Amino acid sequence: MRIGEPSVLPARTGAVPRKLSARLSTSDLAFRAIARGGGVVVLVLLGLVGTFLFYRASQALHKAGWSFLTAQTWNPDGGGFGIAAVIVGTVLIALVAVVVAIPLSLGTALYISEYAPRSIQRFLVGIVDLMAAVPSVVYGLWGFELLQWRVVSLSRWINDWFGWIPIFKVDGVERNATQPTATYYTSSTFIAGIVVGLMITPIACSIMREAFSQAPQGEREGAYALGATRWGMIRAVVLPFGVGAMIGGSMLGLGRALGETIAVALIISPVYAIQPHILQHGTSSISSLIALRYAEATPFAVSALMAAGLALFALTLVVNVIAAVIVSRSRSGSVSEA
Amino acid sequence: MSVVNPPFSSASQAAGSQVGAPADQAPPRTTVPWRAATRSTQRPRQIAGVRRADVLAIAGALASALATTGLLWFQLAPFTGILGYVVVSWCLFVLIYGLLVAFDNNRPTVRDRVSAVIVHSLAVVVVLALLFVILYTVFKGAKALRHLNFYTQDLHTTNAFAALTKGGILHAMIGTLIEVGIAMAIAVPLGLLAAVFLNEVPGKLNRLVRTLVDAMTALPDVLAGLFIYATLILIFGLGLSGLAAGCALAVTVVSIICRAAYVVLRLVPGGLTEASFALGSGQWRTVWHVTLPTARSGLATAVILGAARAIGETAPVLLTAGYTNFINVNPVNGPMNSLPLAAYELVSSGEGPFVIRGFGAASVLLALVLLLFGIARVIGGRGAGQLTSRQLARRMAASHRDLTRYTERAAARPPIALAGGPGADYGGASA
Repeated sequence: MRIGEPSVLPARTGAVPRKLSARLSTSDLAFRAIARGGGVVVLVLLGLVGTFLFYRASQALHKAGWSFLTAQTWNPDGGGFGIAAVIVGTVLIALVAVVVAIPLSLGTALYISEYAPRSIQRFLVGIVDLMAAVPSVVYGLWGFELLQWRVVSLSRWINDWFGWIPIFKVDGVERNATQPTATYYTSSTFIAGIVVGLMITPIACSIMREAFSQAPQGEREGAYALGATRWGMIRAVVLPFGVGAMIGGSMLGLGRALGETIAVALIISPVYAIQPHILQHGTSSISSLIALRYAEATPFAVSALMAAGLALFALTLVVNVIAAVIVSRSRSGSVSEA
Repeated sequence: MSVVNPPFSSASQAAGSQVGAPADQAPPRTTVPWRAATRSTQRPRQIAGVRRADVLAIAGALASALATTGLLWFQLAPFTGILGYVVVSWCLFVLIYGLLVAFDNNRPTVRDRVSAVIVHSLAVVVVLALLFVILYTVFKGAKALRHLNFYTQDLHTTNAFAALTKGGILHAMIGTLIEVGIAMAIAVPLGLLAAVFLNEVPGKLNRLVRTLVDAMTALPDVLAGLFIYATLILIFGLGLSGLAAGCALAVTVVSIICRAAYVVLRLVPGGLTEASFALGSGQWRTVWHVTLPTARSGLATAVILGAARAIGETAPVLLTAGYTNFINVNPVNGPMNSLPLAAYELVSSGEGPFVIRGFGAASVLLALVLLLFGIARVIGGRGAGQLTSRQLARRMAASHRDLTRYTERAAARPPIALAGGPGADYGGASA
């Protein structure tokens, strides 16, 4: 505020700077009050979800104690209940999804930002955004009705050749079995993971693409001037520039995959025991547990479901916060705002 | 990091021989480069576009891979399944293509070509997957979509084996409209107001709200449903209803709308708001007349994408709306169906005609989302303050009106105050 005044003299003579006070007009005060009110309502609403979740969950957690983390069955009204099985299922499905989504989103992002002709770039960005807007139930129906039966042969092949790796093992099937074995391979972690992977691809892809397209033009031209091929330029400039967005985007996708409900609930058939074999029929996840079991639940069982939901929320929140920090700390920091 | 391209090295050799040629003739003081020979023998190298060798390499590799896989599939090994066929032949294709390129290129070129092929095919896979998802849904639902009664009747008299000429999903469409309407009526004002708050009123509360909104975008959608189920339904005894579903959807999308709107508001150029302040308007006037109109298209996009999200959410609705085959227009009483829920329940019932109707419901849902998405693309996609041609025309018409008004007023007043013709100045500034 002192810029406009003669800057040296008053200081020398010991005069204090002129006091400037702004008095907000009535309409501005009212505006601020209303805006603040809106902020408070959102704060209360969202805070209420968190606190209520926590409060109700604590009832169930008190009763279950530590067995909540170790028990595999889900029978709150009778015997014990715990999230060991469902959380393993959730994480495995999300990991399969991320393994599917990383190459797809990376390839698509690179194609859009580096290879695609300028004329179809905008169109492709629209396609990716559209893919994110397609409702999850549509993906779920597609996976349930079509993909499931197409993937069975792939699952069988993986089991035949890589069945000696524990996670690819399928119990109850002989190698090159002659009896029809398709039902051993349906409703598995693998299939649910593929479908969820397709759902999170656009999320990871749009973050990566945005970072790639911001890679500095000067460095690109420098790489070309040194004789790099296009792939050489991508390896030397674009990928190092976008590495934060690649990690962050994949983790945002992971956070989304952990919470995915309907597609998973449609595809898997629930099994409340730890299912480490990703190709085997039957698995479980927290969100599908909630979606499938809420209706038959007594008030106590609802609070048990809330406890499971709280665990899921904590997991997704941690993953998302780490992802946001990684994206914003990377050189391509502006991505996190989008 | 990469070795020099072969084209560059060959070009430099050619240049070297040119310079060398005139040197051993008589010793003139200045040498004139000898161009005629190069012009006659060499054509300019093609550095852009498609070369025939590339096309041949790709086509050859593709044919060879398909044939080899065919041999493997049908003659040598007992493999089955179209998906495996595609995967194996793609792997073979990449290998063979790399080999073909390696015959007459150096290592970096081979790497470049192979990675280009891989990137292209990954992008194709993503686009194909989206196409498959959409087309399969419409294809499966087509039998139901063909009949008019699908859009004009509900399912209450239809049993699982009834023909597709009876019964429809009108009840689900009405339910979706009501539920999404309730959700947007709650979430849009709240989300936009909170976004304005985040943008305009700094302070501790601001930081708290922003952190919470960011955190809540990570909330799995099923938990929003569970929250409403445990509060409104179990504690307040509302019962499974459209209102409960609308509230659950509102909880799901309010943080999404708020975050998207906040990002848009922050993109409003600071110069515009500062100009408004400098002209003496207060904060409220500035927000109402400058910030919000400037960000209008972005805000509309945020709201529409929020609506698209709310329409497609299934999990919150599954927990709170209940399932019915009747038309129910009363949101506070009785269960209310909606499109995603109908699709989910009808398909998981597993009965043939119901599955087809479920896919029909999913197609209608998809069409709605596509429509909203298309609208959002048309309105949005422009930065803050960028005008469409029609907006520009309207604004120019307005400044022309101003101009004529100023000149008329100028003509009516005594001439002393108007020396220099301010009317002309205004005209110059606004045009």
